[in-house]
Amino acid sequence: MIQLAFYGFAALTLVSALAVLLTRNVMYAAFFLLLTLLGVAGLFVLASADFLAVAQIMIYVGGVLVLVIFGVMLTSKAGSGTNTDSQRPNQIPSPNRIGNSWVMALLVSGGVFVALYTLLARASFALLNQPVGWESTIRTVGRQLMTEYIVPFEIVGILLLAALVGATFLASNRLTR
Amino acid sequence: MQSVDSHLFLIVGAALFSIGLAVVLLKRHAIVVLMGIELMLNAVNINLVAFSQYDPDRIQGQMLALFVMVVAAAESAVALAIVLQVYRHFRTAQLDELNELRQ
Repeated sequence: MIQLAFYGFAALTLVSALAVLLTRNVMYAAFFLLLTLLGVAGLFVLASADFLAVAQIMIYVGGVLVLVIFGVMLTSKAGSGTNTDSQRPNQIPSPNRIGNSWVMALLVSGGVFVALYTLLARASFALLNQPVGWESTIRTVGRQLMTEYIVPFEIVGILLLAALVGATFLASNRLTR
Repeated sequence: MQSVDSHLFLIVGAALFSIGLAVVLLKRHAIVVLMGIELMLNAVNINLVAFSQYDPDRIQGQMLALFVMVVAAAESAVALAIVLQVYRHFRTAQLDELNELRQ
């Protein structure tokens, strides 16, 4: 049952991430990103991180994705139907023109995946053979935030405030003449 | 409650990271490139959480994943503001058409 749920969420995550890669429409990419983030939240639950799953849904789906959709809508030209075509790849400087940049980018990312996969298939982590229990992590997260991680907690609060004030200033109309 | 083999989490994380890297390298719309960065950060979070379930007393991995999430939210807010200004200035958000430093 748990295995089935895991494979379901993993398939949801990977298929919609591939759809982000393959779709031509920026708006569709944003909605497939929503599905990917929901699948990652499900994986967090299956890895016994319930607080983090709820935080993932609230921060990413509720915050970041709304920002992304605002960005997509504000940067789309009205009237021209071709500018949502995002399929032409970035120009990657390739010396002596070995293939075009599609091939280069796919080689790089496929090579990273093959390298990581062989590394994980060969590695034997002693940690991963221990039994795990399932218990709610909310109490532990709260205790850790108030004791061991109090300094990073405050710093990240200041960082978030500074980033939001800076983003509001950057996006305002004052910078454009 | 029987748990899932943690190698599977690591493999899913590796696949998600590779897909995010391909999105960053292939796409040319600035916002889609940001989406690729979010995918890569999520892949890293999956790895951190998968290892963190063997550390139920201190859950260091989950705390790091929480801070990664907050920093990613701040990063995407600032990056979208910059993309908005770039779009206002150049009237486009396609990355390979932005080839001037001044105009």
